[in-house]
Amino acid sequence: MSHLTDLPTWAAIPVCILLLLGSAITLIGSMGLIRLKTFYGRLHAPTLGASAGTILICVASMITFAVLQNRWILHEILIIVFVILTTPVTLMLLGQSALYRDRIEGKNDVPHKATGEQPDTSGMDI
Amino acid sequence: MRYWFPYPLLSLALLMLWLLINQSLSPGQIVLGSMLGIAFAWAMVNLQPDKTRLKNFGVIAVLAGRVAVDVVRSNIAVMGVILRAGKRPVNSGFVAIDISLRDENALALLACILTATPGTAWLEFDRQTGVLLIHVLDLENGAAWSDLIKRRYEAPLKEIFE
Repeated sequence: MSHLTDLPTWAAIPVCILLLLGSAITLIGSMGLIRLKTFYGRLHAPTLGASAGTILICVASMITFAVLQNRWILHEILIIVFVILTTPVTLMLLGQSALYRDRIEGKNDVPHKATGEQPDTSGMDI
Repeated sequence: MRYWFPYPLLSLALLMLWLLINQSLSPGQIVLGSMLGIAFAWAMVNLQPDKTRLKNFGVIAVLAGRVAVDVVRSNIAVMGVILRAGKRPVNSGFVAIDISLRDENALALLACILTATPGTAWLEFDRQTGVLLIHVLDLENGAAWSDLIKRRYEAPLKEIFE
């Protein structure tokens, strides 16, 4: 912990604010998983952590180590970039499988494909 | 020139990535990073991705600024929706949008933008009909959303990629 006591106050204050804000946003996002009631609604909640949460916490980390080591620290940018680039993959997979399943089960609140064939349900047992 | 440097932007991005990971700007690392960037660009030729040329660099800056503003705004909006979810029923729904983008890279970027802004989730894109289905957490009216996405994101992406 000797690290953190070396951090001067003028740097510690913005770092704390950023860290607290970032973790609060991520926490609210995780709470959303419980509070929102539909699957599609729950898809939105974790993106809070993936966007604002990641960015704020990474910026806090950049400031901390830049001040401690007295040079520019930039590789947290890569974390931000890769998190933003890869979240759509998981989200689309989850969203599409939910959509596919709801269409086959015939839940009425799911829009059907505009044109093109309906999913083939014969021989499927869900 | 095209033969030796099939994807100059990709090579440049890989070089930047290498320098960022190694946290150094020494000449040795720059040489090594450039060699890696060029070698991986050659490897990429075998994968035969869609070639796209970026056209309008000014529009890229405008789009990036817009996305940054929207990420902040929608984060705040979605936090509000989640915190109030107990008292007020969440009015979410699907929106279908006719998208005229066909370029794979432009669509990928649109997916990243829509996912990075909380409150909109990309669900399905039909390549034949060009209909994009998204789910919106706080839906006021569908037509306004489809209009917003077409104007704010699709138009600049079209200018950049097509």
